[in-house]
Amino acid sequence: MTTKNFFKTPSSQTFLIIVLLLLIAPLFLSVFRINLLGKFIAYAILAIGIDLIWGYTGILSLGHGVFFGLGAYAMGMYLKMEAAHGKLPDFMSWSGLENLPTVWAPFSNPLSLALIVLVPALLAFIIGYLTFRNRIRGVYFSILSQALSLIFVVFFIGQQAYTGGTNGLTGFRTMFGMPLATDNTKYILYYAAIFLLVLVYLYCHFLVKHRLGKILVAIRDGENRVRFSGYDPAVYKIFVYVSSAVIAGIAGAIFVPQVGIISPAEMGIIPSIEMVIWVAIGGRGTLIGAVIGAILVNGLKSGISESFPEVWSYFLGLTFVIVVIFMPEGLVGLVKKYASKITCPIKKRKATEKASSVN
Amino acid sequence: MKINFFSKMKKSATITMTALFVSSALLSGCGNSQVSQSSDTGTDSKDAIKVGILHSLSGTMAISEVSVKDAEMMAIDEINAKGGVLGKKIEPVTEDGASDPAVFAEKAKKLLQQDKVATIFGCWTSASRKAVLPVVESNNGLLWYPVQYEGMESSPNIFYTGAAPNQQIVPAVDWLLKNKGKKFFLIGSDYVFPRTANKIIKAELQAEGGQVVGEEYTPMGHTDYSTIINKIKEEKPDVVFNTLNGDSNVAFFKQLKDAGITEKDLITCSVSIAEEEVRGIGAENMAGQLVSWNYYQTTDTPENKDFVTNYKARYGQDRVTDDPIEAAYDAVYLWAAAVEKAGSTDVDKVKEAAKDLEFKAPEGTVKIEGENQHLWKKVRIGEVQPDGMIKEVWSTPDPIRPDPFLKTYDWAKGLAN
Amino acid sequence: MDTYLLQIFNGISVSSIFMLAALGLAITFGLMKIINMAHGEFIMIGAYAAYMVQNFFSQYLPASFFNFYFFAAIPASFLLAGVLGWILERLVIRHLYGRSLDSLLATWGVSLILQQLARSIFGAPNVDVKSPDWLNGAFLVHPGLQLPYKRLFIMLMVIACMVVIYYLMYRSNYGRKIRAVMQNRAMAASLGINTRRIDAYTFAFGSGLAGIAGCALTLLGSIGPTLGTNYIVDTFMVVVLGGVGSLWGTIAGGFLIGTGNTTLEFLTDATLGKVLVFTLVILFLQWRPKGLFTIHSRSLDE
Repeated sequence: MTTKNFFKTPSSQTFLIIVLLLLIAPLFLSVFRINLLGKFIAYAILAIGIDLIWGYTGILSLGHGVFFGLGAYAMGMYLKMEAAHGKLPDFMSWSGLENLPTVWAPFSNPLSLALIVLVPALLAFIIGYLTFRNRIRGVYFSILSQALSLIFVVFFIGQQAYTGGTNGLTGFRTMFGMPLATDNTKYILYYAAIFLLVLVYLYCHFLVKHRLGKILVAIRDGENRVRFSGYDPAVYKIFVYVSSAVIAGIAGAIFVPQVGIISPAEMGIIPSIEMVIWVAIGGRGTLIGAVIGAILVNGLKSGISESFPEVWSYFLGLTFVIVVIFMPEGLVGLVKKYASKITCPIKKRKATEKASSVN
Repeated sequence: MKINFFSKMKKSATITMTALFVSSALLSGCGNSQVSQSSDTGTDSKDAIKVGILHSLSGTMAISEVSVKDAEMMAIDEINAKGGVLGKKIEPVTEDGASDPAVFAEKAKKLLQQDKVATIFGCWTSASRKAVLPVVESNNGLLWYPVQYEGMESSPNIFYTGAAPNQQIVPAVDWLLKNKGKKFFLIGSDYVFPRTANKIIKAELQAEGGQVVGEEYTPMGHTDYSTIINKIKEEKPDVVFNTLNGDSNVAFFKQLKDAGITEKDLITCSVSIAEEEVRGIGAENMAGQLVSWNYYQTTDTPENKDFVTNYKARYGQDRVTDDPIEAAYDAVYLWAAAVEKAGSTDVDKVKEAAKDLEFKAPEGTVKIEGENQHLWKKVRIGEVQPDGMIKEVWSTPDPIRPDPFLKTYDWAKGLAN
Repeated sequence: MDTYLLQIFNGISVSSIFMLAALGLAITFGLMKIINMAHGEFIMIGAYAAYMVQNFFSQYLPASFFNFYFFAAIPASFLLAGVLGWILERLVIRHLYGRSLDSLLATWGVSLILQQLARSIFGAPNVDVKSPDWLNGAFLVHPGLQLPYKRLFIMLMVIACMVVIYYLMYRSNYGRKIRAVMQNRAMAASLGINTRRIDAYTFAFGSGLAGIAGCALTLLGSIGPTLGTNYIVDTFMVVVLGGVGSLWGTIAGGFLIGTGNTTLEFLTDATLGKVLVFTLVILFLQWRPKGLFTIHSRSLDE
């Protein structure tokens, strides 16, 4: 994989243009919109991770909200400790705690931010190791991952003294000493989000273009054939699941300082499915589709739900049904089809069929 | 995925994909471009004052919040019909919090930074209020919060028009101890308000000779209460103090009645069930049980007669009014009065003017306590009637001073730091 | 002592509710391999059907008839949910056979639409369904031990539904056709079975069963647009734990999750009970990934 090749594909070119547009966006948009866009970028990072595991490997995780939430909580706990100035965070005192719990103790040290990736990685490894080794796959995995997100939400809400309960963590003041409310910090966070987006995109791009990517797609399209060829699919699945969880954790961490709150509402079943929707609408198995889908759907959500909250549910539901049934490759697939019709009608490829067999 | 297939048409693909993205960015970015252009004139434009209405119009909380929004809209229209505030019309900007705290934070930012609203009326759950709090504080905005809550908070940028714990929970427990018995069973949904409320109740019971024989929390959306009812039967309490929320109340009261427990055997006192919720539970399942609030549809004041008549005329004869609806209605009038007094919509001036401001509300006269920006309110214990209305059985003679941190109660020392 | 006896009864009662809610899923998911995330919304539709029948009885029929509305509500719930299920199958599901994961996502979109539809038609607040007088009260074993009639009635409904399903699936011509289609679609089609019609009827039947569950649940819980979401994860766990495609599995799964929930809730609390049950189920599935009752097959890909 050389840099030369990277610029050759339309997806990567599109990605570059998007990044350029994002970089210059602060020239045109108000700081509020930039802050909002920064949130969407966090979602885009998350979506890339989901695309990696679902679009390429065929594992539909309906519990990615948990990994997103764990990364976000790790960041939130750090910010909360910084806001508390060595005292007990406010919600603990009215929940009846007198001393700082042990799980919170490390978060007074910036090194604890490593937990943003370590905790999701560890959890994903344990779950992946158990389920993939035991050959739980397909819908069974999806349903289990859904139960997982339910367990975590109920648990996080129940442990109010340690997690802030339904209120979650909020009331952050500063990050590394910079006040979060100022425009300057918002721009810094926004550019940090873009930087992470590029990093994650390059990592995944490298993964899927590498030999490993071929194996992932092979697992998606015929796991037993892969196994009979002498590979152990479980190893690859665990690796890609952990990668995806880490990416979700990173997305959560960059989400929190920009939005200013993390609560169990962000990690439940509904947000977890919505994350998959972004990828499905953008176009699974393309990486760029995930980025476009996440930003497009959330942009529309902000726009439409402002004026017509009732219409939004219908719109999202209907779009989703139509996309899943009639355009399994999403918007990117549509664009490819449309583009190929214009430029080379004779050479019409049947790539659509390949992708629609994702199961 | 061999994207090289498409090498010949990559240019147009790239262009189209980018176009997709740009259109999405535009959609999100320019939704309210007009507002941002007129940003410096937003608040004090010639003919209108913008205010934000921020409630969940979709998702699980829409059940409760839609009627609160309706009450706020009604108050705004009433004020506008009488000539508005400072000679200008009030122009509501409605946003949907979608039952998600992060969305509440985002929309509050939007209202304050983009629309430059003079104030926000909104929120219901503690989670949404806690999400909006840092936003209004860092932008020096205003939020009027209309729901009774767990206290332990007093933001300089929030006015609380619902009850503080000492205006609902504490007097209810006091009354129950005197009239119904000493043994309490506490049941609530697993979230912040019930847990904090129960902490207060336990401290109070301990100080006043009561006893807690059980304390149970159920996850949101819990549907089967047979096990908890069994636990209640085993403990034989005098009173069940109920802080369940939403759908769970329906399941709890239906199943309590089926288990053969009526109000004659065991009295329950609820603090999250008002007239609206009684309709969903079914009055036949809850008649005779107690609730504690500051206002009922049956509250006997001339202001309330007009309020109920107007509300029903506007939204339908089958609609009911209740405490949060009334508190939301009051909030708009209180803000308007404060703006008139201050002669400006400037947040600091409005806050100063709001101190000790009085308003003849449907629940009786309320007054803003300058120290903590809560309201002085009467406390009323009510009994659910077979027709779904609530009859007042006891009330404090005068409005009670709000005390969100329970500083004036000896037993509450150590609850709030 | 009474407390424990009552707790055993509660366990069975909760199990029966889970079974009833999961029966429709056992058909659509177990036999047809469609992950119908809108299953909960069909439960909700059944509940609203009961609400409408109740309103009809109280408005248009003499008061003396009111007590019998429930007998009309059960078939009405079945029919309404069944017809909507049939429409859903024709419009959406038929594109999704063999694409289980896609069916999950598409039906989730459908569930969003149905919830919003309920909100638009009936309003966001919960509505009240009055239970008929003859279901109020309890069977008195002795003064300390009362068994509510409603819970007993639901148990009877579960048994009745089981019998009907068993007869339909294993003792009737129609059931033989269904099983043939589900086992080998191409072979069944070449033997002259109209597979499309069988698909539509089976899905409609499964949805109708969800409707009956919704009708029964009006006796015990709230009736609102989000009613279904309270049950969806539990019912899927019941079917997965029991073993996909097996009626006995659904019964066993419902029984284990129901009694597990009530017992652990009794010993600890509701929150911890729920967390423990799901964790145990997930761990159990590590050991037996296909659930309790499995259909033996030599095929590697199911």
